Amino acid sequence: MHEMSLAEGVLQLVEETAMRENARRVKLVVLEIGRLSSVEPEAMKFCFEAVTSGGIAQGAMLEIIAVPGEGWCMACGETVAMEESYAACPRCGGYQVQPTGGTEMRVREIEIE
Amino acid sequence: MCTVCGCGAGEVKIEGEVAEGSHEHTHIHEDGTVHSHVHGHDHDHAHVHGSEEALAGAHAHTHHHADGSEHSHTHLHQGEHAHEHAHDHGHEHHHHEHGVAGDLDYGTGPARAHAPGMSQSRMVQIEQDILAKNNTYAAANRNWFDERGILALNLVSSPGSGKTALLVRTIELLKGKVSISVVEGDQQTSNDAERIRATGVTALQINTGKGCHLDGHMVGHALERLQPADDSLFLIENVGNLVCPAAFDLGEQHKVAILSVTEGEDKPLKYPDMFRAADVMLLNKCDLLPYLEFDADLAEANARRVNPDLTIFRVSATSGEGLAAWVSWVESGLEGQRGKRSETVAALKQRVAELERQLEHSQAAK
Repeated sequence: MHEMSLAEGVLQLVEETAMRENARRVKLVVLEIGRLSSVEPEAMKFCFEAVTSGGIAQGAMLEIIAVPGEGWCMACGETVAMEESYAACPRCGGYQVQPTGGTEMRVREIEIE
Repeated sequence: MCTVCGCGAGEVKIEGEVAEGSHEHTHIHEDGTVHSHVHGHDHDHAHVHGSEEALAGAHAHTHHHADGSEHSHTHLHQGEHAHEHAHDHGHEHHHHEHGVAGDLDYGTGPARAHAPGMSQSRMVQIEQDILAKNNTYAAANRNWFDERGILALNLVSSPGSGKTALLVRTIELLKGKVSISVVEGDQQTSNDAERIRATGVTALQINTGKGCHLDGHMVGHALERLQPADDSLFLIENVGNLVCPAAFDLGEQHKVAILSVTEGEDKPLKYPDMFRAADVMLLNKCDLLPYLEFDADLAEANARRVNPDLTIFRVSATSGEGLAAWVSWVESGLEGQRGKRSETVAALKQRVAELERQLEHSQAAK
C-alpha cells in the first residue's frame, strides 16, 4: 500500500543523510521491512526507482532485509512466529495474536561516495 | 511526505489555495546572500551559497502552527551543500583524511584513487523509521490537543460508507453541548466541507490532489487555520480509502472506522490494517438490514478477529438508530480529554509555584 509515499519518505531520509555527508552519489540503500508491516517489497522497489530518478540517489541499489514476524498469543501466553499479519497462532489456531516483531519499516544505512 | 502517492507535490490545496504557495521564505545569510524560495515539502533542492558557518542552521524553517513551536523543518541542506563539495572533494581530501591518524595512506580507497573526483565509498547508518517525519508531526498535534482538552477523532472508511452523513448527524446531536470543528479530506471538491458548514459548524476542506490520505503535516496546518477552542471536538474526515490512512497517524485520540452494510462482511479481513488501527467501528446504514443479505454478526466477528479490542456501534445516519450510544461514547471521550487538560494546567500551576519559590530563595540569598 502507498509504497509511493513511503518511497518518498525513504528518499527524504537518504537525501538528508547524503547532503550532510557531502556525498556525490548514493550507491546503495538498505531498508529493513518487517514481514508484518504493510509494505510490499516489490512495489517498494518499483516506486524507489521512480522517486530517485534525477536526484543524488539515481541508480542506487535497493536492498530490502526482511525481518521475521513475531506475535504474542494471549491464549498460549507466549511469543510465536507469524508468517503474515492477522494469521492464526501456529500453536493454538486462535486469532488473539498481537504482533510484537516484524512490523518495522526502517532505513538502516546507505552507501555513498 | 506532505503530498503523497506519486508526484502529488504542489497539489495539496487547503480550501482552493495551493498550500505550498504559502511557504515562500526569504533568507538572508551571514555572507549577505539573499534568496527566496518556495517550499514544496518534498525538497530536493540544494542551495549553493556562502561558507559552511553561514549555512549551518540557516535553513531551519519554522512553521507557525497554532502552538508555534514544533514544526521546524530540517531540510536537506543541513548546513552543507552538494555542489561545491562534490567538485573539491578529490583535490583536497585524500591528504586530510588520512593525515589525521598520523600516517599518510593512499591505499585504502577503491582502486587506490588519487584521481580528482574520486573518493572512497562508505556506509552511513541511518536507522530511522520511514514514517518518522509524519510521526513527529502527529505527536506535535496530539500534544496540542491534549494541552487544550480537545478530543480529535479520525474517521476512516471506503468512499460511500456514509462518513459525511454520519458527521452531519453527530454534529446535530452535539452542537448545542460542545464546540465542534471539522477537517474534510478529499482528492477534489469542497462539497463535503459545504455539507458540514450547512450544520453551522466550522469546516475546512483539504484537497490532497493525487494523495490518497491526510498526513500529520496537513492536519497541523488545518489546526493553525481552524484554531479549535479548548475542550472542543475536532473531527477529521479522512480521504475515503481503507488502506493508506491506516499508516498515517494524524495525532488523533482515536481512529473511527466506518463500515456500511451495503459493503461485504469480510471487509475487515480484506483490509485488516485499518480495522486494527481503529478503536471504534461504526456499522452504518443498519436501517437497510431488512433488505439485504448482510450478516451483521459475521461482520462484527470478522472485525473482532483482526482487532479483539474494537468497540462496535450499529448505527444508521438516516434513521438515527444507534446514534445515542455513539454520541455518548464521544461525550465520555470529551470528558477524558478535559481531564488531561486540567492535569496539564495543575502541573503547570505547580511548576510556576515551584519557580516562584526558587526566585524568592535566590532573592533572599542576595
